[in-house]
Amino acid sequence: MSETPMPLWEVFIRNRSGLPHKHCGSVHAPDATMALQAARDVYTRRGESVSIWVTPSSAIVASDPSDKEEMFEPTGSKIYRHPTFYKVPDDVGHM
Amino acid sequence: MTPEAAENALFKYVLALGDDALVLGHRLSEWSGHAPMLEEDIALSNLALDLIGQARLYYAYAAELEALGRSEDDLAYFRDAREFRNVLLVEQPNGDFAATMMRHLLYASFMHLYLQALAKSSDRRLAEIAAKAVKEMAYHVRHAAEWVVRLGDGTEESHERLSRALIELWPYADELFQMDDGEVALSASGIAVARGGIAPAWKAKLVRVFAYARLDWPADAVIHPGGGRKGLHTETFGKMLAEMQSLARAHPGVTW
Repeated sequence: MSETPMPLWEVFIRNRSGLPHKHCGSVHAPDATMALQAARDVYTRRGESVSIWVTPSSAIVASDPSDKEEMFEPTGSKIYRHPTFYKVPDDVGHM
Repeated sequence: MTPEAAENALFKYVLALGDDALVLGHRLSEWSGHAPMLEEDIALSNLALDLIGQARLYYAYAAELEALGRSEDDLAYFRDAREFRNVLLVEQPNGDFAATMMRHLLYASFMHLYLQALAKSSDRRLAEIAAKAVKEMAYHVRHAAEWVVRLGDGTEESHERLSRALIELWPYADELFQMDDGEVALSASGIAVARGGIAPAWKAKLVRVFAYARLDWPADAVIHPGGGRKGLHTETFGKMLAEMQSLARAHPGVTW
Protein backbone atom coordinates (compact mmCIF):
# COMPACT_ATOMS: atom_id res chain seq x y z
CA MET A 1 0.00 0.00 0.00
CA SER A 2 1.19 3.50 -0.77
CA GLU A 3 2.07 5.49 2.32
CA THR A 4 2.43 8.81 0.49
CA PRO A 5 0.43 11.42 2.40
CA MET A 6 -2.47 12.92 0.47
CA PRO A 7 -1.54 16.45 -0.70
CA LEU A 8 -3.38 19.47 0.70
CA TRP A 9 -5.12 22.02 -1.55
CA GLU A 10 -6.42 25.50 -0.78
CA VAL A 11 -9.95 26.21 -2.05
CA PHE A 12 -11.29 29.53 -3.33
CA ILE A 13 -14.93 29.95 -4.35
CA ARG A 14 -16.76 32.73 -6.12
CA ASN A 15 -20.35 32.93 -4.99
CA ARG A 16 -21.64 35.33 -7.64
CA SER A 17 -20.47 36.47 -11.03
CA GLY A 18 -18.51 39.69 -10.73
CA LEU A 19 -17.31 39.09 -7.16
CA PRO A 20 -13.77 37.86 -6.47
CA HIS A 21 -12.93 34.30 -5.48
CA LYS A 22 -12.56 34.02 -1.71
CA HIS A 23 -10.52 31.55 0.28
CA CYS A 24 -12.88 29.20 2.10
CA GLY A 25 -10.75 26.31 3.35
CA SER A 26 -8.71 23.33 2.24
CA VAL A 27 -9.15 19.72 1.11
CA HIS A 28 -6.99 16.63 0.77
CA ALA A 29 -6.86 15.10 -2.72
CA PRO A 30 -4.42 13.06 -4.81
CA ASP A 31 -4.33 15.53 -7.71
CA ALA A 32 -5.82 18.76 -9.10
CA THR A 33 -8.88 17.17 -10.75
CA MET A 34 -9.85 15.33 -7.58
CA ALA A 35 -9.14 18.44 -5.50
CA LEU A 36 -11.67 20.35 -7.59
CA GLN A 37 -14.25 17.59 -7.06
CA ALA A 38 -13.56 17.44 -3.33
CA ALA A 39 -13.88 21.23 -3.10
CA ARG A 40 -17.20 21.05 -4.95
CA ASP A 41 -18.46 18.35 -2.59
CA VAL A 42 -17.24 19.93 0.64
CA TYR A 43 -17.74 23.68 0.08
CA THR A 44 -20.59 24.15 -2.44
CA ARG A 45 -23.32 21.91 -1.03
CA ARG A 46 -25.76 24.76 -0.46
CA GLY A 47 -25.51 26.54 -3.79
CA GLU A 48 -22.73 28.87 -2.64
CA SER A 49 -20.67 28.85 -5.77
CA VAL A 50 -20.46 29.64 -9.48
CA SER A 51 -16.72 28.98 -9.75
CA ILE A 52 -13.99 27.15 -7.83
CA TRP A 53 -10.21 27.54 -7.79
CA VAL A 54 -7.87 25.10 -6.10
CA THR A 55 -4.16 25.43 -5.68
CA PRO A 56 -1.59 23.25 -3.92
CA SER A 57 -1.16 24.56 -0.37
CA SER A 58 2.58 24.25 -0.90
CA ALA A 59 2.32 26.87 -3.68
CA ILE A 60 1.08 29.54 -1.26
CA VAL A 61 3.81 31.89 -0.06
CA ALA A 62 2.78 33.48 3.22
CA SER A 63 4.07 36.45 5.21
CA ASP A 64 5.72 35.70 8.53
CA PRO A 65 3.54 36.72 11.53
CA SER A 66 6.67 37.87 13.36
CA ASP A 67 7.23 40.50 10.63
CA LYS A 68 3.94 42.24 11.33
CA GLU A 69 5.50 45.35 12.93
CA GLU A 70 7.51 46.30 9.86
CA MET A 71 5.01 44.93 7.34
CA PHE A 72 1.68 46.29 8.50
CA GLU A 73 1.87 48.72 11.40
CA PRO A 74 3.42 51.68 9.49
CA THR A 75 0.22 52.16 7.48
CA GLY A 76 -1.85 52.78 10.62
CA SER A 77 -0.91 56.48 10.80
CA LYS A 78 -1.43 57.32 7.12
CA ILE A 79 -5.10 58.13 6.91
CA TYR A 80 -4.54 60.17 3.72
CA ARG A 81 -4.21 56.86 1.88
CA HIS A 82 -7.89 56.10 2.51
CA PRO A 83 -10.30 57.46 -0.12
CA THR A 84 -12.55 58.87 2.60
CA PHE A 85 -12.29 62.52 1.49
CA TYR A 86 -14.40 62.04 -1.62
CA LYS A 87 -18.18 62.00 -1.90
CA VAL A 88 -19.34 58.93 -3.83
CA PRO A 89 -22.51 59.68 -5.86
CA ASP A 90 -25.41 57.37 -4.98
CA ASP A 91 -25.62 56.09 -8.56
CA VAL A 92 -22.15 54.57 -8.31
CA GLY A 93 -23.47 52.02 -5.87
CA HIS A 94 -21.32 49.38 -4.18
CA MET A 95 -17.58 50.00 -4.45
CA MET B 1 -53.50 -2.70 -23.36
CA THR B 2 -56.63 -1.55 -21.56
CA PRO B 3 -56.39 1.91 -19.97
CA GLU B 4 -56.27 0.24 -16.53
CA ALA B 5 -53.42 -2.04 -17.57
CA ALA B 6 -51.53 0.90 -19.06
CA GLU B 7 -52.00 2.90 -15.86
CA ASN B 8 -50.75 -0.02 -13.79
CA ALA B 9 -47.75 -0.51 -16.09
CA LEU B 10 -46.85 3.15 -15.68
CA PHE B 11 -47.15 2.87 -11.88
CA LYS B 12 -44.87 -0.17 -11.84
CA TYR B 13 -42.40 1.52 -14.17
CA VAL B 14 -42.16 4.71 -12.08
CA LEU B 15 -41.89 2.61 -8.94
CA ALA B 16 -38.94 0.69 -10.42
CA LEU B 17 -37.12 3.93 -11.24
CA GLY B 18 -37.72 5.11 -7.69
CA ASP B 19 -36.59 1.81 -6.17
CA ASP B 20 -33.32 1.86 -8.12
CA ALA B 21 -32.59 5.36 -6.86
CA LEU B 22 -33.65 4.76 -3.24
CA VAL B 23 -31.80 1.48 -2.79
CA LEU B 24 -28.54 2.78 -4.25
CA GLY B 25 -28.97 6.00 -2.29
CA HIS B 26 -29.38 4.01 0.92
CA ARG B 27 -26.36 1.84 0.16
CA LEU B 28 -24.24 4.96 -0.34
CA SER B 29 -25.57 6.47 2.88
CA GLU B 30 -24.12 3.46 4.72
CA TRP B 31 -20.70 5.02 4.05
CA SER B 32 -21.57 8.08 6.15
CA GLY B 33 -18.92 8.30 8.83
CA HIS B 34 -16.97 5.37 7.36
CA ALA B 35 -15.47 6.68 4.12
CA PRO B 36 -11.69 6.52 3.62
CA MET B 37 -11.34 10.28 4.02
CA LEU B 38 -13.48 13.20 5.16
CA GLU B 39 -13.78 14.70 1.67
CA GLU B 40 -15.07 11.43 0.24
CA ASP B 41 -17.40 10.92 3.20
CA ILE B 42 -19.14 14.17 2.28
CA ALA B 43 -19.03 13.37 -1.44
CA LEU B 44 -20.71 9.98 -0.91
CA SER B 45 -23.38 11.58 1.25
CA ASN B 46 -24.00 14.14 -1.52
CA LEU B 47 -24.41 11.33 -4.07
CA ALA B 48 -26.75 9.49 -1.69
CA LEU B 49 -28.88 12.58 -1.15
CA ASP B 50 -29.15 13.19 -4.91
CA LEU B 51 -30.49 9.66 -5.37
CA ILE B 52 -32.87 9.80 -2.41
CA GLY B 53 -34.17 13.12 -3.75
CA GLN B 54 -34.78 11.51 -7.15
CA ALA B 55 -36.53 8.57 -5.47
CA ARG B 56 -38.91 11.00 -3.73
CA LEU B 57 -39.93 12.54 -7.05
CA TYR B 58 -40.62 9.12 -8.58
CA TYR B 59 -42.50 7.89 -5.49
CA ALA B 60 -44.62 11.01 -5.26
CA TYR B 61 -45.63 10.51 -8.89
CA ALA B 62 -46.19 6.77 -8.41
CA ALA B 63 -48.42 7.46 -5.39
CA GLU B 64 -50.53 9.85 -7.48
CA LEU B 65 -50.83 7.30 -10.29
CA GLU B 66 -51.85 4.58 -7.88
CA ALA B 67 -54.39 6.86 -6.19
CA LEU B 68 -54.92 4.54 -3.25
CA GLY B 69 -53.93 7.11 -0.67
CA ARG B 70 -50.40 5.79 -0.20
CA SER B 71 -47.71 8.44 0.27
CA GLU B 72 -44.11 8.46 -0.94
CA ASP B 73 -43.08 7.42 2.59
CA ASP B 74 -45.52 4.49 2.47
CA LEU B 75 -43.90 3.32 -0.75
CA ALA B 76 -40.38 3.65 0.66
CA TYR B 77 -40.88 2.32 4.17
CA PHE B 78 -43.94 0.07 4.21
CA ARG B 79 -43.33 -2.31 1.34
CA ASP B 80 -41.56 -5.64 1.84
CA ALA B 81 -38.64 -6.99 -0.17
CA ARG B 82 -40.83 -8.87 -2.66
CA GLU B 83 -42.58 -5.61 -3.60
CA PHE B 84 -39.35 -3.76 -4.40
CA ARG B 85 -38.60 -3.63 -8.12
CA ASN B 86 -34.97 -2.38 -8.13
CA VAL B 87 -32.29 -4.10 -10.18
CA LEU B 88 -29.94 -6.36 -8.24
CA LEU B 89 -26.89 -4.23 -9.09
CA VAL B 90 -27.93 -1.35 -6.83
CA GLU B 91 -28.61 -3.56 -3.79
CA GLN B 92 -25.19 -5.24 -3.86
CA PRO B 93 -23.31 -4.60 -0.60
CA ASN B 94 -20.85 -1.72 -0.58
CA GLY B 95 -17.81 -3.99 -0.22
CA ASP B 96 -14.64 -1.92 -0.23
CA PHE B 97 -14.36 1.57 -1.70
CA ALA B 98 -13.33 0.16 -5.11
CA ALA B 99 -16.49 -1.98 -5.26
CA THR B 100 -18.68 1.00 -4.34
CA MET B 101 -17.10 3.13 -7.07
CA MET B 102 -17.37 0.35 -9.66
CA ARG B 103 -21.04 -0.28 -8.80
CA HIS B 104 -21.65 3.43 -9.05
CA LEU B 105 -19.90 3.79 -12.39
CA LEU B 106 -21.91 0.93 -13.92
CA TYR B 107 -25.22 2.40 -12.71
CA ALA B 108 -24.54 6.11 -13.16
CA SER B 109 -23.07 5.84 -16.66
CA PHE B 110 -26.19 3.92 -17.68
CA MET B 111 -28.61 6.26 -15.92
CA HIS B 112 -26.96 9.40 -17.27
CA LEU B 113 -27.70 8.21 -20.82
CA TYR B 114 -31.09 6.86 -19.82
CA LEU B 115 -32.22 10.13 -18.25
CA GLN B 116 -31.11 12.10 -21.32
CA ALA B 117 -33.55 10.00 -23.30
CA LEU B 118 -36.26 10.06 -20.61
CA ALA B 119 -36.11 13.86 -20.59
CA LYS B 120 -37.82 13.61 -24.01
CA SER B 121 -40.59 11.34 -22.68
CA SER B 122 -44.14 12.06 -23.82
CA ASP B 123 -45.07 11.87 -20.13
CA ARG B 124 -44.46 15.43 -18.93
CA ARG B 125 -43.91 14.50 -15.28
CA LEU B 126 -41.26 11.94 -16.13
CA ALA B 127 -39.60 14.34 -18.56
CA GLU B 128 -39.37 16.96 -15.79
CA ILE B 129 -37.91 14.54 -13.25
CA ALA B 130 -35.38 13.31 -15.80
CA ALA B 131 -34.35 16.85 -16.76
CA LYS B 132 -33.52 17.57 -13.12
CA ALA B 133 -31.86 14.23 -12.38
CA VAL B 134 -29.69 14.14 -15.50
CA LYS B 135 -27.54 17.04 -14.23
CA GLU B 136 -26.96 15.26 -10.95
CA MET B 137 -26.14 12.03 -12.74
CA ALA B 138 -23.56 13.73 -14.97
CA TYR B 139 -21.59 14.54 -11.82
CA HIS B 140 -22.04 11.00 -10.48
CA VAL B 141 -20.47 9.58 -13.64
CA ARG B 142 -17.60 12.01 -13.40
CA HIS B 143 -16.93 11.30 -9.73
CA ALA B 144 -17.08 7.52 -10.09
CA ALA B 145 -15.06 7.47 -13.32
CA GLU B 146 -12.27 9.63 -11.87
CA TRP B 147 -11.96 7.28 -8.89
CA VAL B 148 -12.11 4.16 -11.04
CA VAL B 149 -9.27 5.50 -13.20
CA ARG B 150 -7.16 6.36 -10.15
CA LEU B 151 -7.78 3.05 -8.40
CA GLY B 152 -7.22 1.06 -11.56
CA ASP B 153 -4.08 2.96 -12.48
CA GLY B 154 -2.97 3.37 -8.85
CA THR B 155 -1.13 0.87 -6.69
CA GLU B 156 -0.95 -2.86 -7.21
CA GLU B 157 -3.46 -3.36 -4.41
CA SER B 158 -5.95 -0.76 -5.65
CA HIS B 159 -5.79 -2.26 -9.16
CA GLU B 160 -6.33 -5.74 -7.75
CA ARG B 161 -9.33 -4.65 -5.67
CA LEU B 162 -10.91 -2.78 -8.56
CA SER B 163 -10.44 -5.73 -10.93
CA ARG B 164 -12.12 -7.98 -8.39
CA ALA B 165 -15.01 -5.52 -8.05
CA LEU B 166 -15.57 -5.51 -11.80
CA ILE B 167 -15.65 -9.32 -11.94
CA GLU B 168 -18.12 -9.46 -9.05
CA LEU B 169 -20.45 -6.71 -10.26
CA TRP B 170 -20.39 -7.11 -14.03
CA PRO B 171 -22.86 -10.05 -14.07
CA TYR B 172 -25.52 -7.72 -12.60
CA ALA B 173 -25.11 -4.97 -15.22
CA ASP B 174 -27.12 -6.87 -17.84
CA GLU B 175 -30.34 -6.42 -15.84
CA LEU B 176 -30.16 -2.65 -16.51
CA PHE B 177 -31.18 -3.49 -20.07
CA GLN B 178 -34.06 -5.86 -19.30
CA MET B 179 -37.65 -4.73 -19.86
CA ASP B 180 -40.90 -6.48 -18.94
CA ASP B 181 -43.98 -6.39 -21.21
CA GLY B 182 -45.41 -3.33 -19.50
CA GLU B 183 -42.23 -1.34 -19.99
CA VAL B 184 -41.95 -2.45 -23.62
CA ALA B 185 -45.48 -1.15 -24.23
CA LEU B 186 -44.66 2.13 -22.46
CA SER B 187 -41.56 2.58 -24.55
CA ALA B 188 -43.55 1.89 -27.74
CA SER B 189 -45.85 4.77 -26.81
CA GLY B 190 -42.96 7.16 -26.14
CA ILE B 191 -43.29 7.22 -22.36
CA ALA B 192 -40.44 4.90 -21.34
CA VAL B 193 -37.04 4.54 -22.99
CA ALA B 194 -35.96 1.50 -25.01
CA ARG B 195 -33.11 0.37 -22.79
CA GLY B 196 -31.29 -1.55 -25.50
CA GLY B 197 -30.81 1.63 -27.49
CA ILE B 198 -28.47 2.95 -24.80
CA ALA B 199 -26.12 -0.03 -24.84
CA PRO B 200 -23.66 1.20 -27.53
CA ALA B 201 -23.05 4.59 -25.88
CA TRP B 202 -22.85 2.99 -22.43
CA LYS B 203 -20.33 0.45 -23.61
CA ALA B 204 -18.27 3.11 -25.39
CA LYS B 205 -18.08 5.16 -22.19
CA LEU B 206 -16.95 2.17 -20.15
CA VAL B 207 -14.39 1.12 -22.77
CA ARG B 208 -12.77 4.57 -22.42
CA VAL B 209 -12.79 4.54 -18.60
CA PHE B 210 -11.55 0.93 -18.38
CA ALA B 211 -8.69 1.72 -20.78
CA TYR B 212 -7.49 4.56 -18.52
CA ALA B 213 -7.99 2.31 -15.51
CA ARG B 214 -5.99 -0.53 -17.15
CA LEU B 215 -8.94 -2.89 -16.71
CA ASP B 216 -9.60 -5.76 -19.07
CA TRP B 217 -13.04 -5.80 -20.68
CA PRO B 218 -15.03 -8.59 -18.97
CA ALA B 219 -15.64 -10.36 -22.26
CA ASP B 220 -16.62 -13.87 -21.22
CA ALA B 221 -18.25 -13.09 -17.86
CA VAL B 222 -21.27 -15.10 -16.75
CA ILE B 223 -24.44 -13.01 -16.81
CA HIS B 224 -26.79 -13.08 -13.82
CA PRO B 225 -30.38 -13.68 -14.96
CA GLY B 226 -31.68 -10.79 -12.82
CA GLY B 227 -35.04 -10.91 -11.08
CA GLY B 228 -35.03 -7.67 -9.13
CA ARG B 229 -37.85 -6.22 -11.24
CA LYS B 230 -39.98 -9.22 -10.18
CA GLY B 231 -39.13 -8.74 -6.51
CA LEU B 232 -36.61 -11.59 -6.41
CA HIS B 233 -33.68 -10.08 -4.53
CA THR B 234 -30.27 -11.19 -3.34
CA GLU B 235 -29.45 -12.34 0.15
CA THR B 236 -28.34 -9.10 1.80
CA PHE B 237 -31.28 -7.03 0.54
CA GLY B 238 -33.66 -8.03 3.35
CA LYS B 239 -31.20 -6.91 6.01
CA MET B 240 -30.60 -3.61 4.23
CA LEU B 241 -34.32 -3.00 3.93
CA ALA B 242 -34.97 -3.89 7.58
CA GLU B 243 -32.44 -1.30 8.68
CA MET B 244 -33.67 1.32 6.22
CA GLN B 245 -37.29 0.88 7.31
CA SER B 246 -36.79 0.30 11.04
CA LEU B 247 -37.31 3.89 12.17
CA ALA B 248 -40.44 4.50 10.09
CA ARG B 249 -41.91 1.17 11.22
CA ALA B 250 -41.07 1.61 14.89
CA HIS B 251 -42.57 5.11 14.90
CA PRO B 252 -45.22 5.28 12.13
CA GLY B 253 -45.85 8.82 10.97
CA VAL B 254 -42.81 10.20 12.81
CA THR B 255 -41.51 13.59 11.63
CA TRP B 256 -38.46 15.70 12.48
